[in-house]
Amino acid sequence: MDTNTIAIKAVDLNKKFGSFSANKDLNFEVFKGEIFGFLGANGAGKTTAIKIICGLSKPTSGDITVAGFDVYAETEKIKKNIGYMSQKFSLYDDLTVWENIRFYAGIYGMSKKEIKEEADKLIDKLGLEHARNKLIGSLPLGWKQKLAFSIAIIHKPAIVFLDEPTGGVDPITRLQFWEMIYAAANDGITVFVTTHYMDEAEYCDRLSIMVAGEIKAIGKPLGLINEYKAKDMDEVFVKLARG
Amino acid sequence: MISIQNISKNFGDVSALRDINLEIKDGELFGLIGPDGAGKSTLMRLMTTLYVPNQGQITMNSRHTVKDYKAIRNHVGYMPGKFSLYQDLSVEENLAFYASVFGSTIEDNYDLVKDVYEQIAPFKKRLAGRLSGGMKQKLALSCALIHRPEILILDEPTTGVDAVSRKEFWEMLKKVQKTGITIVVSTPYMDEASLCDRVALMQKGEVLKVDTPEAIMKSFPKKLFAVKSENQYALLNDLKSNEHVYSVFTFGQYMHVTLVDENGNMEDLSASLQENGHEEVEVKQTDAGIEDMFMYLMNLENE
Repeated sequence: MDTNTIAIKAVDLNKKFGSFSANKDLNFEVFKGEIFGFLGANGAGKTTAIKIICGLSKPTSGDITVAGFDVYAETEKIKKNIGYMSQKFSLYDDLTVWENIRFYAGIYGMSKKEIKEEADKLIDKLGLEHARNKLIGSLPLGWKQKLAFSIAIIHKPAIVFLDEPTGGVDPITRLQFWEMIYAAANDGITVFVTTHYMDEAEYCDRLSIMVAGEIKAIGKPLGLINEYKAKDMDEVFVKLARG
Repeated sequence: MISIQNISKNFGDVSALRDINLEIKDGELFGLIGPDGAGKSTLMRLMTTLYVPNQGQITMNSRHTVKDYKAIRNHVGYMPGKFSLYQDLSVEENLAFYASVFGSTIEDNYDLVKDVYEQIAPFKKRLAGRLSGGMKQKLALSCALIHRPEILILDEPTTGVDAVSRKEFWEMLKKVQKTGITIVVSTPYMDEASLCDRVALMQKGEVLKVDTPEAIMKSFPKKLFAVKSENQYALLNDLKSNEHVYSVFTFGQYMHVTLVDENGNMEDLSASLQENGHEEVEVKQTDAGIEDMFMYLMNLENE
């Protein structure tokens, strides 16, 4: 983690829908190469904030920069510099491994030559050579997940967003997956994780917890556990969310 | 009692369950714990008479799932993994519908669902499709209970629900259990195992182990250390290449480490990490959780 370089900065981020405040005065910074957990109950306002950070929606007020770009004026630059992966959906089941890579890399504007080179590297690294021309739908979940993450960072984004990345997989696959995330962060990619699962949250360098549109707590997992005199993050979350 | 004997189930060439044997006692809160693809849902569909096994038999309170399927359907409540309610009926209408399907009324069994239903009653005119995740789950539980079943089967009720709603859901299950209903619940989340009386750890169509969560955790056969330092990624790589280390897995804020030599101690481990240049090294002995044991058993299977 490079605490001298800021990847995401939000100052007084507000988002209103009519008279309803979905995000109230959010203030946070995420560093380059940091694994940052963004937590909150259903309806707390996480998705609203993430859409703003990804350049998909404009805030009502506030100063927000993502990878150095402004969320009001430079949303297209933001989109080129981020990657996204969700446990629920990331890859096309009816395309092959190679076709999925070509499709996503193409969307991110990589040249044919780059795509070929990066695809070979990626397939080799994951040991998927034998599955290159197989449909994604036929692969085990653990492979899909590792592939989805690798594809989400194939264009070397400044920031990758992970939405409940490890739901439902076996513990060994999950830990292998977190090793890939650590490696990406070590290479300088900022990892922004949203999840309901507090055990995923505990892998993060720092995390924030949103309740009813506001950030109620922000800090290192162990720091928060101590601060709230809890036995784990689950308890911290429940204490905050229940008020 | 639920008795599962030598059950196998195939779908074409895919063998979803292989020779499963389990007994679930009356009034027990029993967990099927395992990742996607373990066979949890298939086993539940066999118990609820929705599938016919290729081999073996299941009895639900002495009723056979193939021969007595009609009787079982009157006495079992089932909450499938995907949301099972009618999106275009209101909360109240869904509950009334499920009661009437079983020849009952909401009034007849209201005492049983009261605790759960009261939490969603303020929204009883709202369409089910417009409820939040936590509320849908409460309604689905009410609907699965409204005909006063002897056995309740819940397929991943807490998947995709936030931590507060998950906690509330488990609190409700404990209350339902107190009425004498036998409950079988599946979850991919290892941390939920400790909330069950007994669990079966499942993986790739097989049962790895059945016992109380405490006994499973105690049966972990090696000394387990929790290790952390300032740079977790470098720590992971150094531990992996350390010849004294048998296994290492990241576990949230700590790495969980076992040593090749059972007499190896923390001081040696700590010293060797400091030699590798790690700062703020912390090494402590720790108790194994369900997840540690699950991984240990998976590794044994793979060897």
